[in-house]
Amino acid sequence: MENPVEPVTQHSLAADGLAVGYDQREIIHDLSVRIPTGKITVIVGANACGKSTLLKALARLLKPSRGTVLLDGKSIQQIPTREVATKLGLLPQSPTAPEGITVADLVGRGRYPRTRWIRQWSRSDDEAVAEAMTSTDVLSIADRPIDELSGGQRQRVWIAMALAQETDILLLDEPTTFLDLTHQFEVLDLLVDLNRSEDRTIVLVLHDLNQACRFGDHLIAMKDGAIVAEGNPSQVITEDVVQDVFGLAVKVVPDPVAGTPMVVPIGRHTSAQDTPTRTSPVAAALAASAAANGVCRPSDR
Amino acid sequence: MTAEAVHVIAQARRARQTRSLVVIVVLAVVVFAIFCVSLSLGDFNIPVIDVVKTLFGGGDRATEFIVNRLRLPRALTGLLVGTALGLSGAIFQSIARNPLASPDIIGVTYGASAFAVFAIVTLGLTGVAVSAFAIVGAVLTAFIMYVLAWRHGVSSYRLILIGIGIGAIATSITSYLLTKARVEIAQQALIWLTGSLNGRDWSNVRSLAITFVVLLPVMAFLVRQLRILQLGDETAYGLGLRVEVARLGLIVVAVLLAAVATAAAGPIGFVAFVAPPIARRLTRSPGPAMITSGLLGALVVGLSDLVAQHAFGETQLPVGVVTGVVGAPYLMFLLARANRVGSGG
Repeated sequence: MENPVEPVTQHSLAADGLAVGYDQREIIHDLSVRIPTGKITVIVGANACGKSTLLKALARLLKPSRGTVLLDGKSIQQIPTREVATKLGLLPQSPTAPEGITVADLVGRGRYPRTRWIRQWSRSDDEAVAEAMTSTDVLSIADRPIDELSGGQRQRVWIAMALAQETDILLLDEPTTFLDLTHQFEVLDLLVDLNRSEDRTIVLVLHDLNQACRFGDHLIAMKDGAIVAEGNPSQVITEDVVQDVFGLAVKVVPDPVAGTPMVVPIGRHTSAQDTPTRTSPVAAALAASAAANGVCRPSDR
Repeated sequence: MTAEAVHVIAQARRARQTRSLVVIVVLAVVVFAIFCVSLSLGDFNIPVIDVVKTLFGGGDRATEFIVNRLRLPRALTGLLVGTALGLSGAIFQSIARNPLASPDIIGVTYGASAFAVFAIVTLGLTGVAVSAFAIVGAVLTAFIMYVLAWRHGVSSYRLILIGIGIGAIATSITSYLLTKARVEIAQQALIWLTGSLNGRDWSNVRSLAITFVVLLPVMAFLVRQLRILQLGDETAYGLGLRVEVARLGLIVVAVLLAAVATAAAGPIGFVAFVAPPIARRLTRSPGPAMITSGLLGALVVGLSDLVAQHAFGETQLPVGVVTGVVGAPYLMFLLARANRVGSGG
């Protein structure tokens, strides 16, 4: 953040000695982490490194076999799930919606943890929905069925649904995976807006390292179910760490737009001889912008 | 955020509610009309206006006898059975997020049938005893399905596949029992298996009414959770729903509704299967559309029974024959469409 204000959020999220997995297969064996409050944390790593597993455990979708996830210092498994849902919102990787559901209806269902059978829908619920839809810019399509929307619009609608929960913590599992580049940036910019406007704590899993550096305040790099490096982007994204985590040789240069670390994969078929020998500033900028545009996304390799 | 934005949201919500309300009122009127017509027709035709008068306490003694004593139990049974099937189908299809998941496609009604046929053929039972066996069969089948589908929670997909498998087993048991039976007994069992409202009396109405009194409040409570469950397990967890508890509660309600309906009138096919999709189309509702589904179930059974009773002159068919003729093409359409769009439903 540019102007470091005191975070007004009090909620905290952490994991302590966490072991978790699916069925008999344990993915994460012993992991402890503190999610910085009021910041954007990005979890990165190769496929099957356990980054989604960690996110799901933080969201209490997976029950740890050992260790605990701590929400406000209390074990998240001990807190009633509906109470958790008023503090922590979640956007799964590929959420499903009933056929024909409209934008406003879907976003409205985000109010579930805030309403009771006895205390039915009220004006404050309409207000929360309106606010969530305004900040995600989907108010103008309130009556449209979500099947008719573009991928980027649909993702914004799902984010709006999570926002309608009015939680201070928001977890997102690969929110940009099925989107084209424009929509990826649209969603990531939106997340920054949401973080800045209300000091929301945001945790997301991303594949693209350059986007992770650009949008994350705090990065967590994972390999084989353990955290390899953690800290701000320039601490985490170094040539050594990327080599270790992804097994890919890269050069890390400053992002010409943001100054954050930018990863340029080397690959097996590229050598210095193939590229123009003159390393003019123009050529460097061109290569950099190509990488920034996702031409060389590490996840594609 | 502006007041205008709040207005847009409130407006959109009201528009959805209004449409559902209009559909419900229209359907209720249609169902009542069919109900009255079915009470007016028979060996001795009574003008519909006299039927309505009689229902509300007027009318002479002869009409009252025919309408209230002779015809009302049957019509009411049809009405309640149809409603129960429509509701049960709406719950199952919404839980599974799949239009194939209705109690008459997955094993529940087949299990009820196998037990009922066992009661008729092997134990020589009739009437209430057969109904009791049918209920036990439905509940037991559902229990086995649920246990077999359980692996750290029940996935909809596993539930449907296992349900279809168990349905096939139950059907083969039924067939085996029928081949072992004497012809007259087998005939009696076959009529039960088609689903029929013939000779239904107040005892059927009573057991159905009790079921409704008990289950409707539970259902009203669970519908809110069903709407969240429709968003998929992970999103539902994220919204603070105790997914497994909610799903189990809903399955229990849906199974009991299907079981009691089947016990009262036999396995009237395809009603639970076709009513909810039509309801959702009419209300354009992405929700479970419970009330509309219930009304449409009543409408389908009522109309089918009218056709079965009166459209073929002297021959009176069991109501299940007609619902089958209506429902089977829809099943084929659904499978063809699922194949084409590759959605599996």
